[in-house]
Amino acid sequence: MKHSSLYQAFGAVIKRDLLLAYRHRAELINPLAFFVMVITLFPLALGAEIALLKRIAPAIIWVAALLASLMSIDNLFRADYDDGSLELMVMTPHSLSILVLAKVIAHWLLSSVPLLFIAPLMGLMLHMDSDVIGVLLLTLLLGMPVLSLIGGIAVALTLGLRKGGALLAILVLPLYVPILIFASSAVDAAMSGFPVSGHLSMMCAILFLAITLTPLPTAAALKMSLS
Amino acid sequence: MNTKKLEARELSCIRDERVLFSELNFTLNSEQVLLIEGRNGAGKTSLLRILTGFRKPDAGDLFWNDEAIDDTQEFYQDTAYIGHNNGLKDTLTSEENLRYAQALAISTLTIDDALEQVGLNGYQETLVRFMSAGQRRRLALARLLCTHKPLWILDEPFTSLDRASIKLFEKFIESHANQGGLVIMTSHHDTSIPHTLLQKIHL
Repeated sequence: MKHSSLYQAFGAVIKRDLLLAYRHRAELINPLAFFVMVITLFPLALGAEIALLKRIAPAIIWVAALLASLMSIDNLFRADYDDGSLELMVMTPHSLSILVLAKVIAHWLLSSVPLLFIAPLMGLMLHMDSDVIGVLLLTLLLGMPVLSLIGGIAVALTLGLRKGGALLAILVLPLYVPILIFASSAVDAAMSGFPVSGHLSMMCAILFLAITLTPLPTAAALKMSLS
Repeated sequence: MNTKKLEARELSCIRDERVLFSELNFTLNSEQVLLIEGRNGAGKTSLLRILTGFRKPDAGDLFWNDEAIDDTQEFYQDTAYIGHNNGLKDTLTSEENLRYAQALAISTLTIDDALEQVGLNGYQETLVRFMSAGQRRRLALARLLCTHKPLWILDEPFTSLDRASIKLFEKFIESHANQGGLVIMTSHHDTSIPHTLLQKIHL
């Protein structure tokens, strides 16, 4: 008799969440459709001013991605909390923060990775230059996991509340500000032809800091919500 | 199985300024079943949530094998819990649910054997969504059987079970205790678990 290793448990949590998402695959479209629609509204409202659209396109895409991420994050622990499987996850000898990280990674794979594939198309639609689109994609790649990781803390904190949705947005959006600032300044720099490596390194640093630190408060908040 | 021991010293629980219980002491050893009785709202579930470590007691301490349960990791290696909801995923099959449970613990029986024992053979590929309340309860029991957990904490395990299933559940509780396990449960029903194994607490 041997206890399952942390890697096995980590893999099992990701695998289970992906399988669950596959069984509810119709719901996967929602954040994606939301993302596309919000972006499409801007050219309709602003008119066909190519120069203006080109100028604000990165901001539009980033804000839309941020809202799409916020839209799907509430499901991160809610279902597990309601059906009691969160209790099982807490009652393992494994570190809860590592299992939380597994859940956040699964959420990122399901909600953000599809956006990465659509985002270049949206960029083209808004007349962005192809090299700027490349930088935009890099910022999304580095920034969106941070959104999921930070969102996880707020979701865990609002878990005990029946209607936590609005409070969740109010808690989370201010915390998304730093990553938004670094991302848009990176894309700005790319548009003006300046080097972007500094901004991207900063985003890398934020990403690794978030991977290391955010699972701890999330795990603590989850335990609190069960008591 | 090594002998295990759960000891509660001077436990108190206060909710909304009402004292549910105070200075509760008990020791539960291997091969014993602890039945917690009491009317509705007496604090049975609160006591169980303290014993699972989800809730901190307002006073008192808990010891698992003579060590205080502060760091719950070692305690959780040995503990299984079935609450009001079974902790099963509706849109996974029985087998997928059990496989996930095994991935987080020490496996003992194979999944097929565990399902066979609780009378759910042939339901391997059935989504939990399509199972009845009683069958879900049996599946939760199968989860206990296919993982190595000396201490079972069961909150009203007999709800929504028919007479045959209650008997089956009691048989497994009894044999778990006979093999050196510990069981803590709340129940409204009279149980047919032998008195030699049974301890009772009335809240």
